[in-house]
Amino acid sequence: MSLDPEAMAPPETPWQEFLRIFRKDYQALFGFWVLMLLLVSALAGKALTEWWVVFDPEVVRLTDKFLPPFSVPSPDSLPTDRPFGGIYLMGTDELGRDVFARMFQGSFVSLSIGFVAVGISLGIGILLGGLSGFYGHVKLWCITVDTLIMRFTDAMMCFPTFFLILTAVALLPPSIYTIMMIIGLFSWMGTARFVRAEFLSIREQDYVTAAKALGIPEGRIIFRHMVPNALAPVFVSATIGVASAILTESGLSFLGFGVPPPDATWGNILSDGKGFIFDAPWLFFIPGMAIFMVVLAFNLVGEGLREALNPKLRSR
Amino acid sequence: MWNFIIRNIAQRLILLVIVSFVAHSFIHLAPGEPSEVDPMNPRMKPEDIAKIRAAFHLDDPLYMQYAYWIRDLASGELKSFKDSQPVLPKIWDRFLNSLPLFILATLLVWTWAFPTGIYGAVFRGGVYDRGTVFLSYALISIPGFFLSYLAIMWVVGWFGVPVISIKTFGMEHAETAYRMMDRVWHLVIPSVMAAIGGIAVLSRYVRSQMLEVLSQDYVRTARAKGLEEDTVIYGHALGNALLPFVTMFGLLLPGLIGGSVIFEQIFAWPGLGRLAYEAILSRDFPIIMTLNFIAAVLTLAGTLLSDILYAVVDPRIRLH
Repeated sequence: MSLDPEAMAPPETPWQEFLRIFRKDYQALFGFWVLMLLLVSALAGKALTEWWVVFDPEVVRLTDKFLPPFSVPSPDSLPTDRPFGGIYLMGTDELGRDVFARMFQGSFVSLSIGFVAVGISLGIGILLGGLSGFYGHVKLWCITVDTLIMRFTDAMMCFPTFFLILTAVALLPPSIYTIMMIIGLFSWMGTARFVRAEFLSIREQDYVTAAKALGIPEGRIIFRHMVPNALAPVFVSATIGVASAILTESGLSFLGFGVPPPDATWGNILSDGKGFIFDAPWLFFIPGMAIFMVVLAFNLVGEGLREALNPKLRSR
Repeated sequence: MWNFIIRNIAQRLILLVIVSFVAHSFIHLAPGEPSEVDPMNPRMKPEDIAKIRAAFHLDDPLYMQYAYWIRDLASGELKSFKDSQPVLPKIWDRFLNSLPLFILATLLVWTWAFPTGIYGAVFRGGVYDRGTVFLSYALISIPGFFLSYLAIMWVVGWFGVPVISIKTFGMEHAETAYRMMDRVWHLVIPSVMAAIGGIAVLSRYVRSQMLEVLSQDYVRTARAKGLEEDTVIYGHALGNALLPFVTMFGLLLPGLIGGSVIFEQIFAWPGLGRLAYEAILSRDFPIIMTLNFIAAVLTLAGTLLSDILYAVVDPRIRLH
């Protein structure tokens, strides 16, 4: 045994330990603050564009088309249609809509696509992976539950994910809910395999045996003792999953299968903006950079979580 | 060994049957039929729609349609709904177009990711390491088409060469050298764009794998023996760190279809990805299903290949 000063430090709770490691990771911390800012702006965007309309993303002002950022409305525009503060912070688009208001509204929509899609994929993944890991040996007629679920997972993994999502989104009626559901429904396979592997190893741990010996009911063992221990890596992949869901949505928008108007998402603002890349570059660069920053923040936070939650990576 | 291979092939064949069921029922159960692509057209009478449905067996029950599909696919007579061209030659043509793009992108990924990751791990925590790790995060976080548009604008503006599509139209009579350069420019930019994501992901894998190996006891032993650092890293650690990546050769195959839809669309490259996209737009079920099926076959063949390769290069693994 080496005398590691870390190992001799006074014991701290796992949460304190996690915080200590996470705080030292500047990239992850930066990502975390970007995400907090995003969360605030998403909630504010929802509130200020729909419930208490200060920034109206849907006002069309034909007198104010293609105004660059920080420009003031033209004198001919209707006084009622003036933007909040009398200035277009991020310019206007081809219909004279306020890009700032649209980005504000889009932050909520984009974020909710990411969260709902990941929620669905986590739900399915944890359920199937948990069933397969815990009740895998149970026989149904002639095949085990494990074989049944994992072969189905393997079959789903054989398809190229983006192509499958594209096909489904193209065939189903276009709506924001379809897109959320489809992205979620076709990205649970990794989580399922992950959770199954975790469950298989946790099932053999001493504390589960102890819990069984104490006569604790099976449901309580699963949800109170096993799931929390299997969740840490799942949480990491969920963070990165939100990032990739936002990217997938922008990819779908680019191919013309994104969220239909009037809902603005960052993906469809970007893909509308690509037509005006020379005349109105802000329509392309603002949403592009916004997606980039947010996805980067999610990825950095995910990696920071992975480092902080994974005991094997520590002390190296 | 042979026992293992045969049993694995059998398992994968069963999986393939499941995959074909899933692919077929998924496409057919989704709302919207090929006969409904243009429902607002006043010239489409109900009789015409019925005629189309009958011609494509769309009025038969699902299991009959499945049987027709498999029969036609096996005999090579499967026809596209859109233009009644045979599906397999059509896919083969597009495959040949996609192939150079795929090969160059793969080469770029493999030649860039390994040095980047290995140097990052060896000089862990240095400026280079932190820089490349951050850069790789940045590169997977940019929407692919955003970066591609920037690259197109830069290349076209800076070098004054066209990069969209497979070659410049009307260059057939130019000198060979010019034609070759034209093809190279058209090929390089989309390949680089398609490779960037792969480089970013793979270099991080290589880095963490190398870090894992560098912390092993036998590396410490090698250092304790007084071997030179270069010998330790390149002689003892590198080979072991690279072992798992042999398996990745097999997993590259399916990227041919799925990974290329967006990039082939941006660069108007007439490859498999665009074929898939066009088929989806026109609800060309035979092509969609066959492409999905081929992708699944490639995936299964790839995983089998990687399992076997792994056993061949790593003597510690025994196949049962």
